[in-house]
Amino acid sequence: MSENTSDLMLSTAHLTMKFGGLTAVSDLNLEIRKNEIVGLIGPNGAGKTTAFNVITGMYYPTEGKVLFKGRNITGLKPHSITALGIARTFQNIRLFKEMSVLENVLVACHMSINTGIFGATLHLPGYRSRESEARRFSMELLEKVGLVHLAYEKGTSLPYGQQRRLEIVRALATKPKILLLDEPAAGMNPQESRELMDFIRKIRDEFDLTIFLIEHHMQVVMGVCEHMYVLDYGVTIAHGDPASIQKNPKVIEAYLGVD
Amino acid sequence: MKATTGKRPFALTRNRLLTIIALAAFAVLAIIANSFFDAFMLRVFNMCAIYIVLALSLNLLNGFTGLFSLGHAGFMAVGAYVCALLTMTPELKEMNYFLVPIVPWLRNITIPFLPAILIAGLASAFVGFLIGAPVLRLRDDYLAIATLGFGEIIRVLITNAQPITNGAQGLKGLPRYATTFSVGVAAGIVTLFMVLLMRSSYGRAMKAVRDDELAAEAMGINVFRVKVTSFTVSSFLAGVGGALLGHMITTIDPKMFTFMLTFNILLIVVLGGIGSISGSVISAIVVTILMEALRFLDEPMNLIFFKTEGLPGLRMVVFSILLMVMVIYRQRGLMGNKEFSWDMLQGLFVKKGRKEGDHV
Amino acid sequence: MTLSLLFQHIVNALSLGSLYALIAIGYTMVYGILRLINFAHGDVFMLGAYVAFYGITLVSLPWWAALLVSIAFTALFGIGLERVAYKPLRDSPRISIMISAIGASFLLESLAVLIFGGRPKGVPVPDVLSKVIHFGSVSMITISLIIPLFTFALLGVLVWIVNKTKTGMAMRAVSTDIEAARLMAVDVNKVVSFTFGIGSLLAAFGGIMWSFKYPQLNPLMGMMPGLKCFIAAVIGGIGSIGGAVMGGFLLGIIEIMIVAFLSTLSGYRDAFAFILLIVVLLVKPTGLLGKRQAEKV
Repeated sequence: MSENTSDLMLSTAHLTMKFGGLTAVSDLNLEIRKNEIVGLIGPNGAGKTTAFNVITGMYYPTEGKVLFKGRNITGLKPHSITALGIARTFQNIRLFKEMSVLENVLVACHMSINTGIFGATLHLPGYRSRESEARRFSMELLEKVGLVHLAYEKGTSLPYGQQRRLEIVRALATKPKILLLDEPAAGMNPQESRELMDFIRKIRDEFDLTIFLIEHHMQVVMGVCEHMYVLDYGVTIAHGDPASIQKNPKVIEAYLGVD
Repeated sequence: MKATTGKRPFALTRNRLLTIIALAAFAVLAIIANSFFDAFMLRVFNMCAIYIVLALSLNLLNGFTGLFSLGHAGFMAVGAYVCALLTMTPELKEMNYFLVPIVPWLRNITIPFLPAILIAGLASAFVGFLIGAPVLRLRDDYLAIATLGFGEIIRVLITNAQPITNGAQGLKGLPRYATTFSVGVAAGIVTLFMVLLMRSSYGRAMKAVRDDELAAEAMGINVFRVKVTSFTVSSFLAGVGGALLGHMITTIDPKMFTFMLTFNILLIVVLGGIGSISGSVISAIVVTILMEALRFLDEPMNLIFFKTEGLPGLRMVVFSILLMVMVIYRQRGLMGNKEFSWDMLQGLFVKKGRKEGDHV
Repeated sequence: MTLSLLFQHIVNALSLGSLYALIAIGYTMVYGILRLINFAHGDVFMLGAYVAFYGITLVSLPWWAALLVSIAFTALFGIGLERVAYKPLRDSPRISIMISAIGASFLLESLAVLIFGGRPKGVPVPDVLSKVIHFGSVSMITISLIIPLFTFALLGVLVWIVNKTKTGMAMRAVSTDIEAARLMAVDVNKVVSFTFGIGSLLAAFGGIMWSFKYPQLNPLMGMMPGLKCFIAAVIGGIGSIGGAVMGGFLLGIIEIMIVAFLSTLSGYRDAFAFILLIVVLLVKPTGLLGKRQAEKV
C-alpha cells in the first residue's frame, strides 16, 4: 500500500451513526486508495450497510466526515454524490421492476443526458444526440457483461445471478470512479461467488475503478480484497490484509457461532 | 426501436402506418360527429375529450411518478375560476356578482380563450408548485391526505372569497368556448405530450422514481426535483382541464370541485390502468359514455311489465362496485401499465410467437 | 359572554371532542395494524346512526336497545368490510388498498342514498337525553354531558383490553411488526377482524350519539367528520390510541372555540382542520405522540 495520499479515493474521519439510543456505526476511519479493492466485513447487523448509507448520503452522520478525493462530501444529497463519482448497489436487489434490462441501465444515464422536462419531451436535437449516445453506451456495457441478448427482457425476470450483474452494470452506467457493492455475492453458491469475484476484478481493471465491497462471508472476499475492515456492532475491530485478518483472534471470535 | 448508432431514418413501418391511418380516421369521425351529432351526443363527445385531459393529468402524477395525490379537484377549480374570470365580460360579471360586487381590478379584464386558458393552467401550476414543495416530502399515505386537505382548503377559500369568486353562488353564463374543435385539439396535444414525455429520458426518470425512489436517487436522479416537476405539470394540465370543463358546462361553482370529482377521475385512471396512456384514453371515453348511458338507472324506468321509481344513487353504486372489483381482482386495470400497440391487437386474434415490442 | 354561554361552549367542546376521539380511534388502530387509511370509516359512523334510527322508528325499540343492536351490527359490518375489501389486497401495493378504501367509502355513501334516501331525516331524540338540566344559572342538555361520560367509560374499557388482555397484546404486537407477530403464532386475521370490530363499534356509538346531539341524518354525514377524525388521529400521532384521543379532543375543542370566539371565521371551520393537518405534517409528521417509522434499506 503506497503512502501517497493523493491516491486517496474515499476516506472517512471518525464516522459515527446513531439512531436514537442505538449506535450503528462507531468511529469509522476508512482509507481507500485508487484502484484498490477493499472489503468491509462483519457479522450480520454489524453496521456495514449503514456505513454505506452514510457514505452515499442517505443518512446524515451523527459525527464525523466523509471525504471523496479529499473533498468533504458529508451531507450532500445522494444524487449529488452519485454525480461526483460514487455509485452503489443494494443488499436487496433494487432493480426498477417495471422496466427492461436496457431501461434499467438507461435510467442511470439520465444524469449524463442532462435534460429538463421540455427538452426531453420536445425531443430537441441536443437531447436526441445525447439520448442515442446513452443508448449506444448502455448496449456496449451490456455487451461487456454478457447481458446484451437480454436487453429487452423485463429486468426482474432474469435469474438471480444475472439480476445482480445487472444491478452492477446499472451502477457502472453512472460512470463512477468508485463503486460500492453491498453483498454482491449474497445468495450465491461458492462457484458463482468465485465467478463474481473474477467479474469484479475484471471491471476494476477495465473501467479503472476503485471498489469497496461489503461481504458477510469472509471466504468469498479473501481472494479479491487487498485489505479489509472488520466491523462488529458498529466498531472496527480489525483492519489489514486478508492473511492477517484470517488469523486475528478478535475476528474469529466475532464470527464464532455465526456462519 | 433498436438501439443502433446515431440517427434513424423515419421508417414507414407497418405499425406507424396503422397509427397514422387510425388518427386520420378519428379526425374524420370527429368532423362528421360535429355535423351530425345532436347536442346531447356532442356534449358526451366533448366530455370524453375533457376527461382524457383530466385522466392523463392525474395519471402523470399517480401512475407515472407514483405520487398518490387526491387534491386534483382543487387544481381544476383554480384553472376553471381563473379562466372564467379572465374571459367573462364586465357586463356578465356584474350580472353574476349581485350579492357582493366583484373586486375592481378583475372587473374589466376580458381576454380571448387561448391566452386565458394558458394563464389558467399556469395559475394552477403555480399553486401546485407552492403546495408541492412542502408536501412532496411526505410519505405516500400522508401525501394523499395532505393533498386531499389542500383540495378542500382551496374549495373553502373559493367559497368564502365572495368579492373574487362570487362565493357559493358560482359563476353562470360563461361563454361556451369549449367547442368540439378546441377540446379535441386539447386532448390531442395532451396525449401527444404524454407519449413524447414517457418515451423520453425524463419519463424514464419519473418511472424510476415510481418504481424505487431510493434506487433512483442512487442512480443520480434528483428525486425531489422530479416529483415537484411532475406535480407542477400535472397541476397545469388539471387547470387546463378544469377550464375546459367550465367553459363547456358554462357554469361553475365550488360544489362541483369536491373530492367526488377527484374520485371520478381516479376511477377512470384505475380502470384504464395506472401507468398506461392508452389505458387512460380508452377508459376516459368508455367511462364517460357509460356514466351517461347509465344515467337511466337513476331515472324512473319503464320496463314493459312494470315501472320502477327512479333509484338515485344506483349509478354511483355500480361505479363504486366496478372500481373495487377492478382494484381487487385486476389491479392492473384494463391495460395494466402497457400501452396499446397494433401487435397487441393482433395478438388478441392470432396466437403468434414472441416478438419484440413496438418500442422499449 | 355570559358564564352560562361559556359553560355551554365548554361542554359542547368536550362532547364534540369525545365524538371525534371515538371515531379517530378506529382510524388509528386500523392504520397501526395495516398501514391503511380506512376511508370508509366515516361511513361506518353514518351506518351506525341510521341503523339505530331505523331500530327506533321502524322496529319501535327503546333507544338503548336500538343502540346496542346498532353497534353490534355495525361491528360485524366492519369486520365484513375488511374481509371483502381489504383482506384480498393485503400484499398489494399500498395504493391499491387505498383505492379500495375510497371505493368502499363511495359505495357505502351511494348505497345509503339508494336505500335510505338522500333527504335528511330528523332523529327522534329520546326524552331522557334531550332534557335540559340546570346548575344554578348554567343550563345544558343532558346529552352533552352523557357523551363525554360514556366516552371515557368506553375508553377505559378499551385501554384495559389493549393493555391487560392477550388479545390486546396481540394487537400491539401486530401493530409493531406484523411479520414478527405472524412468526410468533399470532393469528393476524383474527387480530385484524377484532380491530375492525372494535373500531366500527366505537364509530357506531359515536354516530348514534352524534345523531342525538345533532339530530339530522343524511347519507353524507360521515364524510366530513370522517376526514376530520383521520386528521385528528394524524395530529395526535397515527398508530397511537392515546394520540387519537388527544387529537380528537384537541380538534373538537378548537372547532368550538372558533365558532364561539371567532364567529366571523366559522365558514372556515372545516378548512381549519385541514390547515392544522398540513402544519402538523410539515412540522412534526409523526404527530404529537407518534413514533418514527424508519424504512430499512
